[in-house]
Amino acid sequence: METVIQHPLFAPLVITAVIIAVFPLLAGYIVLVERKVLADIQVRLGPMRVGPHGILQPIADAVKLLQKEDIIPTEADRALFWLAPVIPAVTALTAFAVLPFSGHVVVTDVNVGLLLIAAMSAVGILGIIIGGWSSNSHYPLLGALRSSAQLVSYEVALSLGLIAGVMSAGSLSMLKIVEAQRERGVWFVFDNYGLMIIPFMVFLIAAIAETNRLPFDLPEAESELVAGFMTEYSGFRWALFFLAEYASIFVIAGAGVTLFWGGWLRPFPSWGWLDIPLNYVFPVALFGVSGLLTLRLAQRLKKYSSARAAFLALVGVGVALVGLVFLIPPVNAAIIGVFWFLTKVGAFIYFMIWIRGTFPRFRYDQLMNIGWKVLIPVAMGGLLLNAIVGMALA
Amino acid sequence: MSSKVSEVIDSAAAIAKGLGVTLKEFFSPTVTEDYPDGPPRFQERYRGVHVLTRDENGLEKCVACFLCAAACPARCIYIEAAENTAELRISGGERYASVYNIDYNRCIFCGYCVEACPTDAITHGHGFEIASFDTSTLIYRKERMLAPLPDGAKLAVAVAE
Repeated sequence: METVIQHPLFAPLVITAVIIAVFPLLAGYIVLVERKVLADIQVRLGPMRVGPHGILQPIADAVKLLQKEDIIPTEADRALFWLAPVIPAVTALTAFAVLPFSGHVVVTDVNVGLLLIAAMSAVGILGIIIGGWSSNSHYPLLGALRSSAQLVSYEVALSLGLIAGVMSAGSLSMLKIVEAQRERGVWFVFDNYGLMIIPFMVFLIAAIAETNRLPFDLPEAESELVAGFMTEYSGFRWALFFLAEYASIFVIAGAGVTLFWGGWLRPFPSWGWLDIPLNYVFPVALFGVSGLLTLRLAQRLKKYSSARAAFLALVGVGVALVGLVFLIPPVNAAIIGVFWFLTKVGAFIYFMIWIRGTFPRFRYDQLMNIGWKVLIPVAMGGLLLNAIVGMALA
Repeated sequence: MSSKVSEVIDSAAAIAKGLGVTLKEFFSPTVTEDYPDGPPRFQERYRGVHVLTRDENGLEKCVACFLCAAACPARCIYIEAAENTAELRISGGERYASVYNIDYNRCIFCGYCVEACPTDAITHGHGFEIASFDTSTLIYRKERMLAPLPDGAKLAVAVAE
């Protein structure tokens, strides 16, 4: 047993298994969060029927999708149609291999980690293009064409945004990037007298475009293209596309957090006296308050359905108990990195949802205008500026 | 150059303003009804199942004048009138409705009966959960629609008896 645990492949394999097992659920819950937050922004309630306040909705959705008939259009290219959803799912999950959830919770530390993420998100697009092409139908083809144009344009800006971070860190390895931020004692987004905010903004906009989210969701464009490249897909294949989409959102958020928001480091990593308030009080308060608010919701639900209220109360108590786990020092030391990483990724995803709830879709020419005439020059300028200021600082 | 800078600042301000609008809505209460799990909210004038009201002495206001039945475009109100006597005083007027049925298979909740009523006896309540698999249960009798006796009004009825 000892030799098994000591084996260098043990930890990576366990983490990989956990990621593969947990991710579909996580993606489902990101969808639920998205629906709930959008609903709140639009003064609606969102899903409420499956489980108390809709908390079992993702499971119901998954069961529904798995039961659906698998339809392949007669005129479609069967082999490519089969292959298309597999590509983005595989590439998105591959990118997880280099995401550092904390200093030691990482599948592998590749010395070109960031490059791998950028490459994987670029290859994932291939699935969208093939899917649109092989469907042999108007809307998917238009969606795929738009997708390829958009992604070629924004890939450049995304890479330029990433390069600024890499320049500050002096490495492409995800672990070393975070370590560099620990050494400098500041998240890269605030580095160089705050000038790094320019590459970060470029990265943020390009990341939203790269993940095909509003206001850059031209490949899907529900009101124009039905469902874009996914129009002819149904059931499990469609679910794979969807899973890949949310996986890539998580990956791009994780890359952004690692590069600009200090990865698994807590805020103000160099100030030792903040250790207790930020590493102990904050997680306990976060989970405690969430649990209490959930209990209050359950209390309000009790009048109408005691079973639902009991279930919700159980969830609330569970959330509060997770907070208590952070009070045990050795456990805290083991999971605080993961906590900060996931909290930041959550904040990032929340922000992307907030953007989606706020802005309308760009027109195609506006999209190209922003990409080529604004984003790329600004990214280059920001890169140059940061290079000069960074050199002066060093 | 300065116009470019101000353009950038203006755009950033516009984006921030847009995000501010959605953030404000995010924290405002929802307008959607959570009906089966939460209480339904009604406008005051919502026309639901009728309520036959009583006066302050607990006597029925309905005097069996048949104006509601006459006004009803769906012909869903059926009334039988009877005389009040000294021993049995049901309403404030000369006559009272010994039978007052509304057939909710036919009622269209138009509110004409309420408008027609000279004594404000028939009103619309907020009840709406009357769906049924058996149409015979949808003919509501007077007893089912009568408002409950006000507190202290039982005495007055007892004295009248």
